[in-house]
Amino acid sequence: MRLSADQMIFWRHGVFKLNGTIVFTWALMLVLVVGSMLVTRRLSTELKRSRWQNLLEIIVTTIEKQIEEVGLPHPEKYLGFLGTLFLFVAVAAICTVIPGYAPPTGSLSTTAALALCVFVAVPLFGIGEQGLGGYLRTYVSPTVIMLPFNLISELSRTLALAVRLFGNMMSGTMIIAILLTITPYVFPLVMTLLGLLTGMVQAYIFSILAAVYIAAAVRVRKPRHAPAAPARAQPVKPQPQKK
Amino acid sequence: MDSITIVAVVSIATAGLTTGIGCMCPALGEGRSVATALTALAQQPDASATITRTLFVGLAMIESTAIYCFVVSMIIIFANPFWNHVIAGAAHAAGK
Repeated sequence: MRLSADQMIFWRHGVFKLNGTIVFTWALMLVLVVGSMLVTRRLSTELKRSRWQNLLEIIVTTIEKQIEEVGLPHPEKYLGFLGTLFLFVAVAAICTVIPGYAPPTGSLSTTAALALCVFVAVPLFGIGEQGLGGYLRTYVSPTVIMLPFNLISELSRTLALAVRLFGNMMSGTMIIAILLTITPYVFPLVMTLLGLLTGMVQAYIFSILAAVYIAAAVRVRKPRHAPAAPARAQPVKPQPQKK
Repeated sequence: MDSITIVAVVSIATAGLTTGIGCMCPALGEGRSVATALTALAQQPDASATITRTLFVGLAMIESTAIYCFVVSMIIIFANPFWNHVIAGAAHAAGK
């Protein structure tokens, strides 16, 4: 049984293999990049605009609003990263309606790469916002005892991101494959519809979780340092008066 | 029973148990969270955006435990690491 797009091999030369994951990933990237280039070539600011521009504007403003609601005050700074994650995972899920296509997100290597992107991007955004020292201080935030737990949570949530997306997409294609052997015609169609829904939800969740992680890395310092500075300054003064 | 049969029986039974229990418990948890979210939505329809978003993120977190169980059972069925060990042992024993 074909578990993922990894096992579809289109071309082989020595150790180099061109499997379905690579082909479909590049095809999706091509569709996304060329499609948006074609749409944004003739942008209009007037009332009359093309329907494709309307579509892109709706997508971009919706993503921007969602990022802002998570707690990131300047969404345009994170829009490139989070929006790309969402669009890639969502389009990879939507394209399952095309026959012969296997979602590249159903392969653990793709989802691990996406999760590693989040793993690298969270410290980068955190350091960019509050400096290297400020970001590193969040690892020992309540006490130093929490340092190993913070490190473990950083790793385990990356693993969870990768395995969650992989498991959901893989289980979708797999259930359809199993149902095709048991009850053809109707039930696989229903499960395909359900797979479209779960694919969109997974895309939403992947990008929202990435946004939540970035928000946690970016804003930790502000609420803590503002009240802490006057509170620490006050108890020093009364002490000399007492004795 | 030779060792290959034992590994096959244990693998299949464990895969079924893993998926069964791993679907049951997250389903209970998801049911509780959805019911609570619906109650909150009925009481405060204005906060529906926040509640729905938090619900989805929480459901994904709960769902991922079920997905882990599914992935583990798939590994047990299709990519069992003990197969190679047992088959190598059997070949070794047959060669003797």
